Parts: sequence; structure tokens; C-alpha cells
Amino acid sequence: IHMACQEEKPIIYTMENKPIVTCAGDQGLFTSLYTSLAQQLPREPMEWRRTYGRAPKMIHLEANFVQFKEELLPKEGNKALLTFPFLHIYWTDCCDTEMYKSSVKEDMIRWQNSLRTHGSTDWVIIVVETNDTKKKNKTNILPRSSIVDKIRSDFCNKQSDRCVVLSDPLKDSSRSQESWNSLLLKLRTLLLMSFTKNLGRFEDEMRTLREKRTQPGWSFCEYFMVQEELAFVFEMLQQFEDALVQYDELDALFTQYVLNFGAGDTANWLGSFCAPVRNWSGLLLRRPIDMEKRDGIQRGEASLLDLRSYLFSRQCTLLIFLQRPWEVTQRALELLHNCVQELRLLEVQVLEGALDCWVFLSCLEVLHRIEGCCDPAQLAANCSHTVGLWAYATDKLSLRLLTVDLLAGLGDERPETVNSLQSPYKKLKEALSSVEAFERHYLELSHAAMEMYRAIGRLRSARLVGKSLAEFYMRKGDPERAETFLQEALKSYVSEGWSLPVTHTRRQIAECQKLLDKTEAYLQTSALLAGDVNLTTEERKHFCQEILSFPGKSGDKSHKVTLSMGVFAQLTQLQFHPATASVHSGAVLQVELTLRCLMPVSVRIQQLVASIHFDVDHGGTHGRPKGAQKQPHPGTVVFNQSNSSVGPPSSAVTGPSLELDEIQDRSPSDNSLNSTGVICKNTHLLMRRHDSNSPPDTPNCISPPTVAIKEGAQMLKVQDVILEPGNNSITFTAPSGQPGTYTLRQLCATVGEVQFILPHIYPSVQYEVYSQEPQLTVEPLSEPLLAGLPQKVKFTLLTGHYTVKKGDALQLSNTETMPILPSTSCTAQISKLVGESTLSIQSSEKVTSISLPPAPPYHTLEFQLEVLCIIPSGADRPANERLTNGEVRHRPRSYSHPDTPMTAIDQRMSIDCPWSIYSTLLALTFYIPFKTKHSLLSAGNRKYIQVCVQNVSDVNFTLAEVKLIEKQHASLELQSLNTKTQQLLCCKHSVFCLWEVRWKDDLPSCLQCVFSANFCPLSQDTSAYKPFHYQFQLERVTTLYSVRAEISPPAGEQYCRSGVLCGLEMCITRLTEPAEGEIAEESKTDTDGPKTTKLMYEVADSSSNWAVCGKSSGMVVMPMTASATHRVQIEVMPLFAGHLPFPKIKVLKYLPHTAAVAIQPDTDSCVENDSLSLLDKTLDDQGDTASIRSRGSIHSVGSGDQQQKGAAMPRLEPFSPGQVFNHSHARQVLVLPATDDHIMEVNAT
Amino acid sequence: LVYIFNVFFSQNYPLYIRSVPTQNELKFHYTVHTSLDVVEEKISAVGKALGDQRELYLGLLYPTEDYKVYGYVTNSKVKFVIVVDSSNTSLRDNEIRSMFRKLHNSFTDVMCNPFHNPGDTIQSKTFDGIVSGMMVQTA
Repeated sequence: IHMACQEEKPIIYTMENKPIVTCAGDQGLFTSLYTSLAQQLPREPMEWRRTYGRAPKMIHLEANFVQFKEELLPKEGNKALLTFPFLHIYWTDCCDTEMYKSSVKEDMIRWQNSLRTHGSTDWVIIVVETNDTKKKNKTNILPRSSIVDKIRSDFCNKQSDRCVVLSDPLKDSSRSQESWNSLLLKLRTLLLMSFTKNLGRFEDEMRTLREKRTQPGWSFCEYFMVQEELAFVFEMLQQFEDALVQYDELDALFTQYVLNFGAGDTANWLGSFCAPVRNWSGLLLRRPIDMEKRDGIQRGEASLLDLRSYLFSRQCTLLIFLQRPWEVTQRALELLHNCVQELRLLEVQVLEGALDCWVFLSCLEVLHRIEGCCDPAQLAANCSHTVGLWAYATDKLSLRLLTVDLLAGLGDERPETVNSLQSPYKKLKEALSSVEAFERHYLELSHAAMEMYRAIGRLRSARLVGKSLAEFYMRKGDPERAETFLQEALKSYVSEGWSLPVTHTRRQIAECQKLLDKTEAYLQTSALLAGDVNLTTEERKHFCQEILSFPGKSGDKSHKVTLSMGVFAQLTQLQFHPATASVHSGAVLQVELTLRCLMPVSVRIQQLVASIHFDVDHGGTHGRPKGAQKQPHPGTVVFNQSNSSVGPPSSAVTGPSLELDEIQDRSPSDNSLNSTGVICKNTHLLMRRHDSNSPPDTPNCISPPTVAIKEGAQMLKVQDVILEPGNNSITFTAPSGQPGTYTLRQLCATVGEVQFILPHIYPSVQYEVYSQEPQLTVEPLSEPLLAGLPQKVKFTLLTGHYTVKKGDALQLSNTETMPILPSTSCTAQISKLVGESTLSIQSSEKVTSISLPPAPPYHTLEFQLEVLCIIPSGADRPANERLTNGEVRHRPRSYSHPDTPMTAIDQRMSIDCPWSIYSTLLALTFYIPFKTKHSLLSAGNRKYIQVCVQNVSDVNFTLAEVKLIEKQHASLELQSLNTKTQQLLCCKHSVFCLWEVRWKDDLPSCLQCVFSANFCPLSQDTSAYKPFHYQFQLERVTTLYSVRAEISPPAGEQYCRSGVLCGLEMCITRLTEPAEGEIAEESKTDTDGPKTTKLMYEVADSSSNWAVCGKSSGMVVMPMTASATHRVQIEVMPLFAGHLPFPKIKVLKYLPHTAAVAIQPDTDSCVENDSLSLLDKTLDDQGDTASIRSRGSIHSVGSGDQQQKGAAMPRLEPFSPGQVFNHSHARQVLVLPATDDHIMEVNAT
Repeated sequence: LVYIFNVFFSQNYPLYIRSVPTQNELKFHYTVHTSLDVVEEKISAVGKALGDQRELYLGLLYPTEDYKVYGYVTNSKVKFVIVVDSSNTSLRDNEIRSMFRKLHNSFTDVMCNPFHNPGDTIQSKTFDGIVSGMMVQTA
């Protein structure tokens, strides 16, 4: 029977454990029900409420039902929990009172007594009821309840729930099911109650025990066993989490003790753990419980490693139950580290290498255990958790282990793994047995670890493993493989700027390279190391010497080793003298290099060469340096470099500094600003950093420069230089023969058989050699140059490449408009040469010759001349006259300049220079200080000419001897009305001069006048008077018509009244007989009869003083005889009261449609000739001729077009000023207000 | 007791390294350099999970037999690493955390210096003093 079987078995602590429930009473009955009971009990979960505020849990209860025996009951002091019966059941199906009384009750009492003696209160009596039994004993049948009642009254004192009825358990009825359910619920409840009670009691006792830990004689091992018992129970109840907590608590407690020990607080019991380590067989994780170690702990004989191993194996088991294998690996690593520390702390004696073995075995054991419970895919995905162990194991498997006999401590292989091909034990044993095997295992592990690190992206860790692998290879004498690993590691250290690892790794590489006979690489590395500040001076000197003594080793003299310059010395600064970096050909240009030598000792350099790329300059930017000017210090280029092969992060990270520039986006149409911003000009350099890990100018020992100095090219060269450590200044003299651009490309230092090359000089450095043409310029000595007065101008001659020889002269073509004034003493200054030399100037009719003093090339020669620009008088000159050199002389055009009110004249000079067959044309701009206007004024028949001279310059002048001459008519007399002979003409002021025209017979219709005056600046005396002429022409001077107007008040009134019509009588009178010219202008059709002309009059009042009633304009036919008069009556109405000016009366020529087109004088040709009679000027016509003309064109209905089309329509033409004289112009008439003036209008402004 | 303090730029260039005692410096450098692997791993893991709101303190990165390596990353990805001797048990997580915070504050001060060029190694005496202070305090 199952039960019996259970009984016999020794209790082993395995997962098969279940809480024990004893069964007393009718064993047959129980046996029949056992299967259903065992099946159904765990089916429903129960909530387990916990003490100490622990979270309640749902728990599936299982039980191990055993037959009740008194021995099962725990004796006093026995703390075993696993063997503790949590519930006692008494089974009975008795329904016969007699039987109950005779036997069953007695049995129950015995059962109860034995329970009571052992203090067990967790019991239940189950009464099974079946219908069959009822039938059997009909006579003694009592109601079913009576037996139960009896039992309850006999045993269940107030605890009626301790007796449960199970009805028809084997029948498949709902009643049976119901009764089963209630029974199961009862059992579960009771079990849980028992757990809570008994475990609670146990925990309390355990805590009490723990509190005693400070007392002498307390033993950790004892306590360990107690708490582990609790853990076992939790494990049994499948509460792995709780079980793990127990072990973790034990772990922490132990750790604390060790730490306290380290702090000087010793516990006696700890002594046993301090015993020397004799066994280093590693963790054992294959068994759920390592009884061997457990026994050791129980006996207090366990070593520290034993305890730790056991503890960890239990934790491992539980974690795997909890499906947390990755926590196992993590904890394993911590454990191993911790154990090593603890052994150190407790000063436990360990055989050298033993601990390494232990760690190695343990690592592999953990890995095996994990591999055993995970599938390969899972394992691969969680490399990151296992790789630590792999690496640790690798780290521990060092050659050192071979030197000690460690096999003793390994003991025998565990029975679990004896039959497996690969066990940690076998591996280690094999590795320890021979060097070859050892190496094989070591490489295998290293590669595995490296692969894993790579797979999870821990490249740095992988490289570190690689580095130790390299060290292994080095010891093995395989520098080639070692170097590969070292280089890879080095790359990462260099790119991330780790100077110490770089130095260390590089030194190892140097060792490899030396062994491998990689000369160039070795020298390069040596150079790097020689300049490495992390090394001691001695070491640096050693490596430096390796380079310097290299030629001695090399037999082949022609072979030169080329190394990167950066490792040896750095170009920090380059300076040009002169700073412009631009010289004329043949001049001296010096280039000063600052080289920071990184070597620890002074090094003698046979030759230092900077190669040059030469470009012939085709562009015309002579004498303008390009690149160098952008630098803050002109002529100096500062090179930004990392100062060693392991650049400080600043330069390596930030790289070249940003070169920023402002940009402005302007609209092309109106130049307005659209947008502005800042751009980075060297993005290509900055962006490159991100792409490549090692910046190109960081010297990497792997890349020797490939480009060498080209033979035969131009170069800067110095020989035999000694470079001291630190900054050295080296001065080159740059070739400057041919004009063009010279770009410095490479720098090459030769030390014995070694060449150090800087393949690119960046930023690029250029200098320029130029050849300059001689240049002659002329500029005013004072601004502005005034026309009409002697002015000084300065001639500047840049000699360029031309040497001015004795006898060289400049030939200036003389011009009428700008004579060169002879001067007594004229000197020339030659720059760079101190002193002056006299110029001799000779003038002939056509040419002024200036003989120059001798001057060397690239010098400046300066002299001054006095010139006079004659003011054009306004009259025509002979059109194009030829200069001496045959060139057409252009009439200097005057034009108005926007910056000044003065009229400007460009005066050209043509100079023949000795260095060129072509003439040099130079231009000077002069300004006319005056603006002159003239006007014709009339008073009836009398005529006046007014000339206005306006000073538009900034100089004050004296004006004298003002004259006006008529050139053609001798009979004409111009009588001056000017009183003063001399007049002050201040700047921005005007002088008006007036002449009356007097004539004897007839007034000529056209007058040719010349106005002349003398002027000189106010500050100078009168001897400096210069003439000023102004020519003008007046046409149609004669007054043809006079116009008179009268305004008469309405009949019976003395005065005009506003709002009342008045009469306007206009009288147009012909004053003269028609002149020749006038007839020609008139209609030629009216040949017979008295000649008439048609006039158009117009009365208009622009100031709204008058309302013109009726026809305001009309045409009159005037006979062309003197005194012919025409009267016109018009009604006008004054609109305001007061002295009103007369309405304006205008008279115009009316030309019939057949009339020939009259040719009007072109007023454009003489801008100054604003011919407006002041007297004729109407009030509102403040304007110029243009406005009159435009007005005229309105009347003539588009005369401009009409004239062109042949004048089909009649048109109007205004008279010239002076031809019509208006007597009533500016007359006023008094107008009274209207009689009815109730309304007064007041305008206040 | 051994400590090493490191401040890194985001590109893993060391900005500041200090270790006491100095005789084993090389090994520290290797250790710290390798610890960057874990720092990066943690940053990327955290970055995926939480985005911006993250704990700057990364905790224990790298237990080895001899050292404990702790990490801290600022929001601008400047990494701080503190290495403590494994045998030093007086330093708990909280102490390390507050050390990092102090370092971070001091680092911020250094960065606020208008004359400091971000990316340059730190040469501030104040920063040095604070680090030394921490070393003395914990030693």
C-alpha cells in the first residue's frame, strides 16, 4: 500500500516533499478515499494570509498522507519542520452507536490523548456516511446525525467544525460532490491555519535564536540549519521566493560577520571558516542539495568556500525554479569576487593558484548549469549575462597555474560528471597537466569570451581580452599575432584619447615590431614613444636613440626610411617677413617656422626642406596678398594640431575652430536686405571628424606618409639645424624669382637615414611674388578742384619694375581748357630714398615735358603741378580739335554732379611715359563755382537785362568789373544800373546785375550778349583776379502787344460788390509795325488786304476770387498795324470782398490749321537761359518754362503730336516773354461786401 | 583604499582622471575604459525604455575582483565613473550617489566658466579640490 511505502522511505530533502498529514482510525476507509482526496486537495487554490504584514498568497495545497504513529509527533525541542505533521485526521464510517461506544470512541480518545501530550491541536475527525451501511444494520440505526453529534459532544468541545461529515464519497451525485467540496475546503483551511500557527511559532523561535547571536557560544552553523529548515518548508510549499529570502538573509548575515571581522570585531564561531583552504573543487550546482557540504556545515567543519558554495548552490536551485537563470550568472560573478575578497579579508591561507582554480571551476560550473537549463537560442540572446563569467574564467587561467601542483586540492571528480566528456573538472585537470593542453584551453576560452563581447557590442572589453591574449602570444614568442591584437586595441585607445593605455600598448607594439624586424613601423613607433610624456625620460631617450642610431644598422645607404613628421616635431606656427607675404620679384621674403620638437634630447637635422608648389599668376591682382591677410595677425599662420599622438581631447574633439562669416542676401532689384545670417566656411573639415575615427593629422603609428618630396621642384631649404626639445624657430629664405603664387606643400626633415615628412601643410600657406607695371596717377591736393582758379594736383608714379633713368620725361599734351601753370620751384619726392630732387618742366606750344629724376624700381615718385581749368563761357567752341598725339580731343562735357550743386567738368590729360608706347590718360574733375542765369525784363516798350550770378561753391569770392556787351548791334546801348564796382559774393549767395537796353532806331529782335566779370577768392589779393564769361542770346525782344483791363462796378454803384456782376473791359493794343520775321511766321494765305493776325485771349482766375460769366476766352483778329486796338467786354463777379487782384488775362497766338510749323527756339540747349520776364510772370506761374509750355500744349490739344503730323489742326502758341506787356498785371480792385451780410463767414486757420 | 575619478566627454575622451594611489594607474585606466562598454549599454537600454526621464545614476557597472566601478551619466551624455576598491565596504550606494551628485555640480561649475573650452581637459583647481576632498573623506 502506498501509505506503507511512504512510511518506510527515509525522508530526503527533495522537491517531492509535501506537508505531512497523519491519518488515524479506519485505514481501509481512508485507503478507499485516498486517491480522490490526494487529487482533489490541490485543485483549488487557497488564500494564505501571512503574519508580519507579508502579502497574502494564493497557494495550492498538497499533502503527504501517512498513517498516524505516535513516533511521528515531534518530541520536545525537535525543531525539524519537514517532518512535522501539520494535520491529524481521524477517519471513521461508524454509524452504529454500540460500535461507537464499544471501540471507536475509545480509539479516538487514545488518539486525542497522544495528540494532546504533544501539544498538537491541529486535528479533524471525518465521519463518512454511506447508504450501504444503513441497510446492513437496520436495527441499530440511529439518525446519522446522532453519531456525529455524539462525536462532537465527546471531542469537539465548542469546536464543532472539527468534525466533518462526508456523504456517499464514492457516488457520483451532487450531494456527494457538495460534501466533498466542503470537506476539502475544511481540510485546506485547517492546513493553512496549522501552517500559519506552526510556521509562525517556528519563525518566532528562529528570531529569538538570531537575537542571541552576540552571546558567546552562538553558532552560525546552528542558526543556519534552523533557518534553512524554514527555507525547506517554503520550498516544500513551492514558495521559492520565500525560500530564497531565507538563504539571502543567511548570506547577508554571514557577509556582515565577515565585514565586521575585517573591522576588528571577531566572532568565535568564525574561526572555523578561517582554516586554510584545502579543497578548491569549485561550486557544485548539479544537485538540489549538496548533502556533503550541508553535513559539514552542520558539524561546524565547513570552510568559508564550503559554506559559500553550499549557500550559492541552494540559491542557484531556487533561482532556476523561479526561472531566473540570468540572475544566477550575475550572482555567481558577485559571489566569486566576494569570496576572493573575503578570503583576503579573513587572511585565510590559500595555496597560490588554488583560488584561481576554484574560480575557474566555479565559472565553468555555473555556465554548465545555465547551459543545462536554457536552450541555445536563449543562451545566445543572453550572452551579456554569461560573458562576465567567461572572461573571468579566462582571466584566471593563467600560465602561472602550471608552476604549482594544484591537482591535490581538486579532489576526485564528482560522480555526476564522471561520465560526461567535458566537465569543468576534466578541463582544468587536462589544462594543468601539460602546457600544450593548457594553451589550447586558454585560447579556446579567450576566443569564446572575445566573440561574446563582440556579439553584445562590448568592443572595449573584447579588445582588453585581446590585449591579454597578445601578452600571451608575446610570452609564447609569437609577436606577429600579438601585434594584431595590440594594434586593434591601440586604435581604440588612440581614437578615444586614453593616453596611458596608448603608451603602454604602444610600447608592447614596439617590442613586437622590433622582434618582427618591421623597421619603418618600429621607428615610427619609437618616434611616438620618444615623444610620449607618459614615459620616463630614460625610456624616451632610449627610443630616441633607436631612431638616431638607425643608420648604423642599415647597410643599404640609399634606402631612407620615411616617417610621419607629426611624431617627431610639430609645425606650430609660420610667419612671413614681410607680413603681407607678398613681394615683388627679386625681393627678400623670409619664412620663419616654429617647430615644436617632441624628442627628449636635441636632435641634429641634416636638412629641413619645405617643398613648394608654384603657380604662375595669370590674374591681375598684383601686389595683393591673398591667404595671409585673413589671419588675425597678418603674415602669421598658426597650425592647430593635437600636441601628441594621443591628442588631448580638446583638439581631438573640437578639431578646427569654426570659421564663421556673415552673409547678407539682398534683393537684386532694390538692394534691400532679404535675410542675413552666419555661415560656417569650413564645414567640410568639421563634418569630416564625425565620419572617420582617426583624424588625418593625428599621427597614427600605422600609417607612414606616402607622398614624398618631388625632386627638382623649388623648395625652402636649410641645412644642419639642431632641434632642441620644445619650440625651435627656423628661418628660410623663400625663392622669389618668378612672379606667381607659391604654395608650401610638404615639410621634410632628414635625420640620418630617416626622413620625417609632413605630407600636407594645412591650413595652406602661400606667398606671392608679383611684378608690377609702372603706374602714374594724379589726384587733387585739395577737394574739390575749382574751375577758373589755379589748382594744385599731385602726380604719383609707382615705378614698379621700371627703373627711371636720367633723362626720362613725361610728356603732357597741352590743352586749351586746362593749361599747366609754370611754377618756379617744383620738386619730386622719391619714397624709400630720403631726399628731394628738382624737376625741370619745359613747356612748348603743344607739350609740357617734365623730366624725372632717376628712381629705382618699386619706388614711389611724387610731385605737384599747378593747373587751371578754364570755365566754359557757354558759347560754342571749335568742335573737335586734335591733340598732339593725334587723338581726338573731346570737348570737356559739363554735367551736374549728384553730390554737389556745382557743375562738374571732367578734364582729361594725355601723358606719354617713357615705359610705354601708349599714352596714359588721366582725368581730373573740376567744378564750376558759379551758376549764371539771365532774364529779359520789360516795362512797356522799355527793356532790361538781368544777370544773376550764384556762388554754388564753398568759397567766398570778390566779384569785380561786371560788364555786359552786345556783340552785333553797335547802335545798341546797354546802360549799367549797377552801382558797385566790386562786390562780395559769399558762398551759396547770388549777385544780381541789371542793364537797361537802349536803342536808337529799332530794337533788334535778337540780342547776342556776353556777360563778363573778374573774380578771385576773398582771401587773395586783387592781382589774382580771373575772368569769368557768360554768353547768352535773347530773341524776340520787342513788345508787340499791350493788354489793359478795367473793371467797372455795376451801373449806379461806386464800387464793386461781392456777388454782384461787374464789367471787365479788356483792351489789346498792337504797339509796333510788323517786323520781317513776324510776318514770316504768320499766315501766308492772307496776302491781300491789311495783314491781320489772330490772337486768343483767355480770362481765368485761378485763385477763385472771380467767377467769369459767359465766355471767358475768345479769339480776336488783330490788324498788324501799330496802335490797332481790340476791346473785349466780359462780365465777372467777385466772390469775396476786399482788394482783389484782377483776373488773369492771357494772350496767345492763334495759328490757323494751314499755318506752317513755327520753329521754336530750342530752350533745351541753354539750361541756364531761363528767359522769364519778371514783370510778365504771373502770380500762380511760379514755375519755369516747362510749365508754361505744358500749359500751352493743353491749349493746343496735343501740339507735340500735331506738329509732327503736319499740323492739320489749328493750334495756340504762347508769345515769347516780353512780346506781350500786361498793364493791369498785379492791379487790384476794391470790392465791397454784399449788402446783405447777415451771414458772416469766419475762416480761422 | 583606491579611488579613481573620471569625467568623460560624450565621445569617451577622458576629460579628467585622478586616481589614488598612483602606482596602479595603468590598470585603472584599462578598467575604466572597459567600463565604458557597460555605460553605453546602460544608456542605450535606458534610452529605449524611458526616453528623457531617466535616472542619471547608473549604479554598479562592473564588479571585478579588485574594484567596483560605478557610473553616472548627465543629460548631455557626459559620463562620470567612480572606481572603488572592492574591499571598501563602507561606501554604500547612497554615498556613491551623493558623490556623483557632488561631482556633477562641480563639473557644471567648471562648464560655466566662460574661459573653459568645452572638450578641454579639466584643469580647474576647485574641481580638483572637491575631488581630493571626496577622496580624503572616503579614505
